[in-house]
Amino acid sequence: MATPRVLILRAPGANCDLETQFAFELAGARAERIHINQLRASPALLHDFQILVVPGGFTYGDDVAAGKILGIQLRHFLNDALRKFRDDEKLILGICNGFQALLKAGLIVPPDEEGPVATLAHNTSGKFEDRWCHLQAQPGHCPFLKGYTHLYLPVAHGEGRLMTRQSWILHGLRQTGQIVLRYVGPKGEPVDYPGNPAGSQDDIAGLCDITGRVLGLMPHPERHVLPTHHPRWTREGLAAEGDGLLLFRNAVKFFAET
Amino acid sequence: MLWEIEIQPVGHDAECQRVEHEWHLLTAGKNGMVHLSHAARGFLIEGELSRQQIEQLVEQLLVDPLVERGKVGRLNEVAADGCLVTVLLKPGVMDPVALSVIESARDFDLTVESVRTFRRYYGGSELAPVQREMLYRKLLCNDAIEQAVEGPLALEHLAIGTPYIFRPVTVPLQGLDDTALIQLSRSGQLSLSLEEMRTIQKHFQEQGRDPYDVELETLAQTWSEHCSHKTLKGEIDFDGQQIRNLLKETIFAATQQLRQRWGAEDWCVSVFEDNAGVVKFDDQVHICFKVETHNHPSAIEPYGGANTGLGGVIRDPLGTGLGARPICNTDVFCFAPPDTLPETLPVGVLHPRRVMQGVVAGVRDYGNRMGIPTVNGAVCFDERYLGNPLVYCGTVGTIRVDRAHKDAHTGDLIVAVGGRTGRDGIHGATFSSIELTSESEKISGGAVQIGNAITEKKLLDVLLQARDENLYSAITDCGAGGFSSAIGEMGAELGAVVHLERAPLKYEGLSYTEIWISESQERMILAVPPARWPALHALCFHEGVEATILGHFEKTGRLRLQYRGHPVGDLDMHFLHEGRPQVVRKATWQPPALPASVKTQPSGAVDCNATLRQILGSWNVCSKEWIIRQYDHEVQGRSVLKPLVGVANDGPGDAAVVLPVLGSTRGVAIGCGINPRLGDLDPYAMAAAAIDEAVRNVVAVGADPRRIALLDNFCWGNTDRPEVLGSLVRAAQACHDLALAYEMPFISGKDSLKNEFHAGDRHIVIPPTLLISALGQIPDVHRCVSMDLKEAGNVLYLVGSTREEMGGSHFNLVHRLEGGVVPQVDQTQAPLIFQALHRAMKQGLVRSCHDLSEGGLAVAVAEMAFAGGLGADLTSLGGSTTPLRDEVLLFAESCTRFVVEVKPDHTSALESLLGSDIPLSRLGQVCKEPRLRAVGASGEWILWAPLNELKEAWQKPLRW
Repeated sequence: MATPRVLILRAPGANCDLETQFAFELAGARAERIHINQLRASPALLHDFQILVVPGGFTYGDDVAAGKILGIQLRHFLNDALRKFRDDEKLILGICNGFQALLKAGLIVPPDEEGPVATLAHNTSGKFEDRWCHLQAQPGHCPFLKGYTHLYLPVAHGEGRLMTRQSWILHGLRQTGQIVLRYVGPKGEPVDYPGNPAGSQDDIAGLCDITGRVLGLMPHPERHVLPTHHPRWTREGLAAEGDGLLLFRNAVKFFAET
Repeated sequence: MLWEIEIQPVGHDAECQRVEHEWHLLTAGKNGMVHLSHAARGFLIEGELSRQQIEQLVEQLLVDPLVERGKVGRLNEVAADGCLVTVLLKPGVMDPVALSVIESARDFDLTVESVRTFRRYYGGSELAPVQREMLYRKLLCNDAIEQAVEGPLALEHLAIGTPYIFRPVTVPLQGLDDTALIQLSRSGQLSLSLEEMRTIQKHFQEQGRDPYDVELETLAQTWSEHCSHKTLKGEIDFDGQQIRNLLKETIFAATQQLRQRWGAEDWCVSVFEDNAGVVKFDDQVHICFKVETHNHPSAIEPYGGANTGLGGVIRDPLGTGLGARPICNTDVFCFAPPDTLPETLPVGVLHPRRVMQGVVAGVRDYGNRMGIPTVNGAVCFDERYLGNPLVYCGTVGTIRVDRAHKDAHTGDLIVAVGGRTGRDGIHGATFSSIELTSESEKISGGAVQIGNAITEKKLLDVLLQARDENLYSAITDCGAGGFSSAIGEMGAELGAVVHLERAPLKYEGLSYTEIWISESQERMILAVPPARWPALHALCFHEGVEATILGHFEKTGRLRLQYRGHPVGDLDMHFLHEGRPQVVRKATWQPPALPASVKTQPSGAVDCNATLRQILGSWNVCSKEWIIRQYDHEVQGRSVLKPLVGVANDGPGDAAVVLPVLGSTRGVAIGCGINPRLGDLDPYAMAAAAIDEAVRNVVAVGADPRRIALLDNFCWGNTDRPEVLGSLVRAAQACHDLALAYEMPFISGKDSLKNEFHAGDRHIVIPPTLLISALGQIPDVHRCVSMDLKEAGNVLYLVGSTREEMGGSHFNLVHRLEGGVVPQVDQTQAPLIFQALHRAMKQGLVRSCHDLSEGGLAVAVAEMAFAGGLGADLTSLGGSTTPLRDEVLLFAESCTRFVVEVKPDHTSALESLLGSDIPLSRLGQVCKEPRLRAVGASGEWILWAPLNELKEAWQKPLRW
């Protein structure tokens, strides 16, 4: 199979598009940055791509709520195209603001008749924070996370507290194996703040949709692809690669295998 | 239809909690609790919307049903009983959320005309009127931009602005005497001196006419201290020594001399001429750096001031050459201590804690939204920053080597891109050139702004594409002075004609003068060849960025302004830029005479343990993690060394290292030096120490001392007073001498003078404050070194010499001592130390390295130890060949010193590499026991402290 093509969705205020492109290219993909206005004008553009990424940033300033306005645009103008994209066995990734947008667009856990079932709310600390977190992966059938058990990535957000509307929704997500990333302590133990930086329910850091092919996560894998990204490389030595790179290589490999 | 929507949080009410907490701090618990019952946010929305439509908007856009409840009604139908107050932005103040709601409503096919956001508070009924007033003014609302309304909102419509009726205004100057001229300058907020007014009067007399108001405004802005730096570029009589142009003779001269010395090896590209200084980096890109101040606006509205300060400096690299990509930001602040007693505040001054919270939030919200990591900074505290906090913001950018120079041509279109023009910031340039008073808040409200980062981010995205497609021939930002400065400067060598009515406005009613001098944010000016306009316009249109042709450049040598076809200005470019009369000032400097009663030595024996804890917990030294973590310091994926380092990611790194080119291993290090405490005693020594500190910081992480560029930012009191200007002259002379001695060029700089505050009988002058920023280059980032101790058994050395230099030290601060000898840089030895240390790092001999600054050796080793989670035993204090007291060896702040950690089997390599020229003393070793110990001259342990206690002392003060 040829090198997969990645569409990195730009929108006003998206700001992790370049490093996400760098990470995908390091992993062997061909990545292009395309503006949402262009995609809204011609959703058929998606045909030429295998992977869609909604990168981190502050789309539309996170005015009103983080990722909300972009989420509305995805749902109003690109819903069919995105569902078809996913159903064509392609991959969708939302990082940080991208996760907020995908979740609020209903692309990870669809709303029911009473409205949205989950949201990403303001951190319990009340602050935006940049810090490194230990994560435990339970990849299940999420191709992005294949081969991961533990990873170490930075978060940088003010609205990352995952909340479900009712406890049965959380149980459901556990049962379907959609809770693929959790904040943990350095030895894999459960944590409170700041280990769980946002105060997320069930320590959730990332969720996938029911197919496993749509992944949203608050931590930034693209900020840990180089060995020098690690905050303690000067004491622990240089690793062969950063923990996050495998996620991007997995996405590329998914198309090599199918 | 005018709808009101009130949204309350479900569960945790963060705003309510914040107010109670701050009230407690503000009143020191004396006034009990506020007893707010809850806080809400909300929107006023006007448009042709049915109730069903507004409910759809609320449900789908405005409210997150999992965490909030919304209530919809007509205006004033929504607020429940017990409503205390509603806080709204004043009309015309930038409200990014309101703009986003208008835009997003279009996605629902709804037409919303205008939106205003508000905050609302319930409860507090037990407060007496005077307490209520204090609550509103001090905690809930800032009078400079907001209004607090009790009871119903008296509004009929949200739209502001009324149609403008054109009426050209001329200002009669003919025949005015000196008193009238000065009166005119003052009443018009022109900040022009009598001599300048006379020059203008004469110029127009020769033209046989009176100036249009807009011409006078243009001259006032171009000639302002803020834009022309007339003091530092003017003539100075310095105790009889004639200085023709201070900057040219000191800082510029040193750079010129270095460039000549280097010849073909010169690595400066563009210095002191563009919006940022540019130096070579690699074959593909140059690197540029600019640091600005935004002090006066931040004093009045800390959030907006800092917000637009950062927004403004980001536009500097963007407007350098043909446009640079911003890759990181730096921020340095000076505040009064956060524990200042509220009742001691002069009228019109915000509490320093509130200033600090506002400034940090302003930088955070703009930098994070722009996607530019904030990687370096410092915070200084001194009582004298009470009325004049200082906010320095810097941005580093990369610029393609073939895009480093700009050149506007005759016939090029003058194009405004980005945000719209409103009444924001009118008189910002002249405002920043006057002293603040307790009335400033009232008279200068127009100078205070809030930024909209997303407008600037869109602008950045579009401009970098347009640059790569060669769609324009010159670019500059609209900073102080707005269009007036930007177009006036860009067309200085040509001439320009501008049609002011073409500028897109935020609201109706702006006069042609207001359009010309408005300092609305997020705007840039381009010179666009007519053939490129269609492509530029299309690019902007596709990304939702407004671009408008305002006029064109023409080879007339005149600045012609028109409004709807009527001429309203016709200025000679030469007079505008060269016609200002030379400023001549007197300067004097004498070392301060300390009264004989001043205590310069501690009485009795010094408790080193207690002293160390006190210094670690002092405002200047203590951990700034609370600030750093609120900044995204890793966006763009360039980070190599973060501001926080060590085993728990919380130690104080010396400088940040980033990769300008992803995929390359060549890096840049960004550091800073600032020490106003030394300036009172000896401004020359202060400047030298600040330069030394900035350089130490970048060398400590691995920067090559042969490739370090420097920036200066002078913030001083009123330099009309000879003794204030004299201290500045001394500092500038140090910059000259050190640049030459270190062979490190200054590439850019800025000054902010008149940082003084008057209220009643109180007159507060800031200490002379020089910020030096250093931009170092690192050939291979894999050789970078961090400051945290790495391994037990390693050997610790002190590189450099300790002298009895306690003047301005933190030892003196905590022991309330004054005077003493101020640290002096050894200008011959310092560069040799930097080079030797760099060689050792290149050979991989250094496991950790930390520079010695506030608190000297003891603080440096303590920080290294708790950052690394390892102890240290100092069996000798080293540093001096002559005997010095223990507390001097531990706490002196002599310059050019480092502690380095070396593996036992590398000690002989290090010792022979440094040789006999470089002072090197073995201090002791790293141990696994978590404590710091040091042996004094008596052979006894004079320091013995558990690491967790030291770390706690250091982290506690700003754990907010």
